[in-house]
Amino acid sequence: MDVLINNSDLFVIGFRNTLVLFVFSAIFALILGTIVGAMRVSPVGPMRMVGTAYVNLVRNTPLTLLMFFFAFGYPKLGLPSIDYLQLAIVALSLYTATYVAETVRAGVNTVPVGQAEAARALGLPFTKTMSLVVLPQAFRAVIPPMMSVFIALLKNTTIAAGFSVQEAGAIRAYASERGEPALVVLLWVALIFVILVWLLALLQRYLEKKWSLTR
Amino acid sequence: MSSVLYDAPGPRARARNRVLGIITVLVVIAIIGGILYKFWEANQFAPSKWRVFTFPLVQRTILEAAGATLSAFAVAAVGSLVVGVLLGLGRLSQHAWLRLPCLVIVEVFRAIPVLILMMIMYYGLPTIGIKMEPFFAVVIGLVLYNGSVLAEVFRAGVQSLPKGQNEAAQALGLRRTQVLWIILLPQATRAMLPVILSQLVVVLKDTALGFIVTFHELLYYAKFLGSSFTYGSPIIPATIVMGSIYIVLCLALSGVAKLVELRLKRGGRRVVPAASNVDAGGPGGGGGAAIVLPSTQKGG
Repeated sequence: MDVLINNSDLFVIGFRNTLVLFVFSAIFALILGTIVGAMRVSPVGPMRMVGTAYVNLVRNTPLTLLMFFFAFGYPKLGLPSIDYLQLAIVALSLYTATYVAETVRAGVNTVPVGQAEAARALGLPFTKTMSLVVLPQAFRAVIPPMMSVFIALLKNTTIAAGFSVQEAGAIRAYASERGEPALVVLLWVALIFVILVWLLALLQRYLEKKWSLTR
Repeated sequence: MSSVLYDAPGPRARARNRVLGIITVLVVIAIIGGILYKFWEANQFAPSKWRVFTFPLVQRTILEAAGATLSAFAVAAVGSLVVGVLLGLGRLSQHAWLRLPCLVIVEVFRAIPVLILMMIMYYGLPTIGIKMEPFFAVVIGLVLYNGSVLAEVFRAGVQSLPKGQNEAAQALGLRRTQVLWIILLPQATRAMLPVILSQLVVVLKDTALGFIVTFHELLYYAKFLGSSFTYGSPIIPATIVMGSIYIVLCLALSGVAKLVELRLKRGGRRVVPAASNVDAGGPGGGGGAAIVLPSTQKGG
């Protein structure tokens, strides 16, 4: 307990940055992922191909590699310089977006075929079929797996610690400079993660119950 | 599946789709071209930056680094499968003294980020006198996490089987262990094989985390080469080379998972598609909704 209280400043900064990474990456991943997911079910062939290529390629890339590229490669390209936290958000968003896209696509596929067929029989065009009929139903089926994706994202934020971002995974390095025992610090970090993940899982279960489908 | 969402396009829709298709292609070419142009402008394609990869010593070291990555993956994969089966069966046990600890272990290790587990092994344990090589820190971290995820996979697999399998086996007089090992587990493994393989892709991807705990794998060597001033600090070429090796390895393993899924499906087996594994390279979720099983009771 002493370790936690004496270094509370480090823990607060660390987990605050973890939450910043988490929230911003979640928002960007949700936007990009929905677009890519929509591309993968669209009537336009090249769009489907681009979406599939993006998902398959990035899904099979280690997140560490993406962060590695953004942290070490990007600054060499002479582009507008942005700090490590923002670079980590870019890498996390690009990576998580593929999982969001797959979740969205799987959700669309859970909607019974008859729904889309009925919508088309009524004369609704593709955009209205999607926005009025399919997506509202897909949304409910998507909530639980989407929460799993975000729980994964929360845990993945720790990787940014390896690339000069002062977040939860980096607390050990700073605490060690003060001579704190690394094991105790790390166990506290692990415990806080267990609690955070558990809270998200509770939220997941609550939403699942609230919007559960009886089909 | 998705073709249900829209009508077969008529002449106007076809023309519009063609225009949209061309725009998509142009945008993608513009993005890729822009990236390549930036690389070129920053002189990343200069032969001097790539010369280092022609040295036999560098090539041999790259192979060694790839070997380190693969051996960590192999050991961690086998370990995860063993731990996964044991924990999964433990969770299905009828004895609470076995079931509850397994439940706690699975839930806790699925909730801790793999990197933190590796750090506990590499930086944490030496403070109580247990020192280990980075290799073992990486492997143990991966085994604890992925073993817990696989435990849930095996459990979900067993529970997805038709009830009759269990009942028939018991009616034949098999003991509970025999029912599990001879009847249920083989079927569960087959149904879950695509998910298991896609989890092994996660293991392979996460070996890259070893870079952060100074394990000498591909990215570690990319950093080493990239910061060697004598060769012009070729960090981007090194990332491209090592990254390609990683991506090719992962794509190959994913391809195997896909192939197995298709073969099993063609054989008319009940199979859970790899896509239902939402373990986003580190998640799994503390929930329990990690694996979405399709409605069963069809085959059996």
